[in-house]
Amino acid sequence: MTLQNRDSGDSSVPLLEVEDLQVEFHTRAGVLKAVDGVSFSVDHRETLAVLGESGSGKSVTAQTIMGILDMPPAVIAGGAVRYRGTDLLGLSPPERRAIRGQKISMIFQDALSALNPVFSVGWQIAEMFRVHRGMSRREAKKRAIELMERVHIPAAAKRVDDFPHQFSGGMRQRIMIAMAIALDPEVLIADEPTTALDVTVQAQIMELLAELQEESGMGLILITHDLGVVADIADRTAVMYAGRVMEQAGVFDAYAAPAHPYTKGLLESIPRLDQKGGDLFSIPGTPPDLLHRPSGCAFRPRCRFRTDECLTEDPPLHDIGGGRGSACHHYQEVLDDAER
Amino acid sequence: MTQSGERGPAPSAEPVLEVRDLVKHYPITRGILFQRSYGAVQAVDGVSFDLRPGETLGVVGESGSGKSTLAKMLIGLEGPTSGSIKVHGKDITELDRRGAKRMRRDIQMIFQDPYTSLNPRMTVGDIICEPFEIHGDVLPSSERRGRAQELLEVVGLNPEHINRYPHQFSGGQRQRIGIARALALRPSILVCDEPVSALDVSIQAQVINLLIKLQKEFGLAYVFIAHDLSVVRHISDRVSVMYLGRFVESGTDTEIYDHASHPYSQALLSAVPNPTPVGRESRQRILLSGDVPSPADPPSGCRFRTRCWKAEEICSTDDPELTVRPGSDHPSACHFAEGPLEVGGPR
Ligand SMILES: Nc1ncnc2c1ncn2[C@@H]1O[C@H](COP(=O)(O)OP(=O)(O)OP(=O)(O)O)[C@@H](O)[C@H]1O
Ligand SMILES: Nc1ncnc2c1ncn2[C@@H]1O[C@H](COP(=O)(O)OP(=O)(O)OP(=O)(O)O)[C@@H](O)[C@H]1O
Ligand code: SF4
Ligand code: SF4
Ligand SMILES: [Mg+2]
Ligand SMILES: [Mg+2]
Repeated sequence: MTLQNRDSGDSSVPLLEVEDLQVEFHTRAGVLKAVDGVSFSVDHRETLAVLGESGSGKSVTAQTIMGILDMPPAVIAGGAVRYRGTDLLGLSPPERRAIRGQKISMIFQDALSALNPVFSVGWQIAEMFRVHRGMSRREAKKRAIELMERVHIPAAAKRVDDFPHQFSGGMRQRIMIAMAIALDPEVLIADEPTTALDVTVQAQIMELLAELQEESGMGLILITHDLGVVADIADRTAVMYAGRVMEQAGVFDAYAAPAHPYTKGLLESIPRLDQKGGDLFSIPGTPPDLLHRPSGCAFRPRCRFRTDECLTEDPPLHDIGGGRGSACHHYQEVLDDAER
Repeated sequence: MTQSGERGPAPSAEPVLEVRDLVKHYPITRGILFQRSYGAVQAVDGVSFDLRPGETLGVVGESGSGKSTLAKMLIGLEGPTSGSIKVHGKDITELDRRGAKRMRRDIQMIFQDPYTSLNPRMTVGDIICEPFEIHGDVLPSSERRGRAQELLEVVGLNPEHINRYPHQFSGGQRQRIGIARALALRPSILVCDEPVSALDVSIQAQVINLLIKLQKEFGLAYVFIAHDLSVVRHISDRVSVMYLGRFVESGTDTEIYDHASHPYSQALLSAVPNPTPVGRESRQRILLSGDVPSPADPPSGCRFRTRCWKAEEICSTDDPELTVRPGSDHPSACHFAEGPLEVGGPR
């Protein structure tokens, strides 16, 4: 396998592209389609936010891209994950390992459980260099300190031998980020990197990610359920619901005029000042049980735009122009509704 | 229970809850045979406020600032180290057991986690009737199931589901069950500790709407603890910002959100992402450096001084009181409290 380097990249091929990905879990209760035809792509310097509620398939998608999905119970039932045009799903395990961590890397929501409690943080960061770059212990430790400085851990040289529990949640997340960027990846997947953190710490971590992206030009896939975070840093967003991408758009377009009733409902349920003390808009009902997915459109039971067609016809992700997509039969009506 | 039909405090009404100088210190002990005390975690350190019928006090602050400890003292799950909690003018920390038990009917709590706060082996009916078991004189046994069904209806659940178990409900529905249980004894105060944090965005609004409806219907007073600042603004009449066991600023929702005068409140508000991308390039943000100090060893003087960009000599020696200072219209615990900075926050 040959992989082009960063500078000779073919600009017509996206850096990372997920196409029609299908991931199932075969459980005793039946087949659960956790990811049901997800497509999106991300390029250098771009931030794609994958937005969705609990259980919508965000983490399973990320784990499939990284190649860290437990199979079984998971089964990849179809689709492709292309890095610079090469389908990663068809690679051998050693080929896969050459990409994981080096070209595509990931940070997780819970930094404490992702770090090993019995090794110092410096040792864990340095391991990346020892294993993947064959560096000596001393050289690797030096690089670990440099990385800790790059993610703004104060007094890095002094703290390199400290253990994970000696750091705060925000500092641990910085250490996770240091490990993830150690080998200068081209794509960084951040799966809810700040959900467990306070908002002031969240702001610091988001700033750090933006700064690192600016320096390195990596593509960033940010997984979140926070509409504010998406509005703040994403270039584009893919909105997931019940294992599907419901809408894909530039973030300014999506927030100004959503093209899917689900996106629209989420945006409308943010409290606004003029509604103070009154009723908030809320999406009625609850997300579907993926073992008993409704026929037709999965959002139909909660949708105020639904028609009979929605009961029988599963909407594909329509290309609605302007680089946008909507998996809704009535996207035009939804768009027009925003203009009123 | 009063039927006020209106939200917001009745201006003339007597407070239903008066909290003064409330303190909770957890001793740090070492040694197994001979436990010795080595200082204390100052989880809550001198909190005072009043709450009127129908009023909502929002409490915001970062993890570890003492919000849950405050809530636990209010409902009697934790005894305060010092200070007083008066419900309808009676100090519950001074009453005997029976008296305290009676008063506590009046102040109930909704917990954050709808998954662990309900006993999985009890039916919904038993869960809602549990408070009647504890306070046996409130309602004869024969009327309890009927009341439980009424309560299910009040919180928007099907009364016929009274024999189901918690796992048969979604997260939002379980939170409704928790609310029904909290309402069983007809309290006048509900303490809500992060009542929607564990719920999906699309479900949060449903529960907030229910809480507002119940407040209107029964004239309930709320202490509403949450970390989502826009939700707190939506539901609260007044807001207090908590840092390291203290209220550092208190005011009406506009006073806090539009005219924050304490540097910590300003930083907290500026860190909240705006729910729209419009104008994000020009947005100013105060990024705090460093971590929250340990509540076992808080800084001298102003507790925020180790992270404050305005700190001066006096801040390390003099503890700033929570009081109204010239140039501001509401209490702030900062020697240099001043008007709002031009920073973004949830509007
Ligand atoms: N090992 C597993 N076995 C069975 N089902 C699974 C397994 N892992 C995930 N699922 C199911 O797949 C679906 C998608 O899960 P996923 O973790 O991707 O959601 P998510 O969008 O990341 O949610 P969250 O916001 O809660 O992290 C869920 O319905 C989940 O229950
Ligand atoms: N039983 C206890 N023993 C010792 N320390 C405690 C105890 N309970 C709480 N604390 C400490 O008191 C401080 C305040 O905790 P509390 O749970 O009230 O914070 P909080 O504001 O509710 O935080 P969060 O937002 O994370 O829920 C923390 O430092 C906590 O570790
Ligand atoms: S396809 Fe129909 S049910 Fe689905 S989101 Fe569009 S209008 Fe609603
Ligand atoms: S008293 Fe001093 S340290 Fe404390 S918030 Fe005010 S300026 Fe900052
Ligand atoms: Mg996830
Ligand atoms: Mg708490």
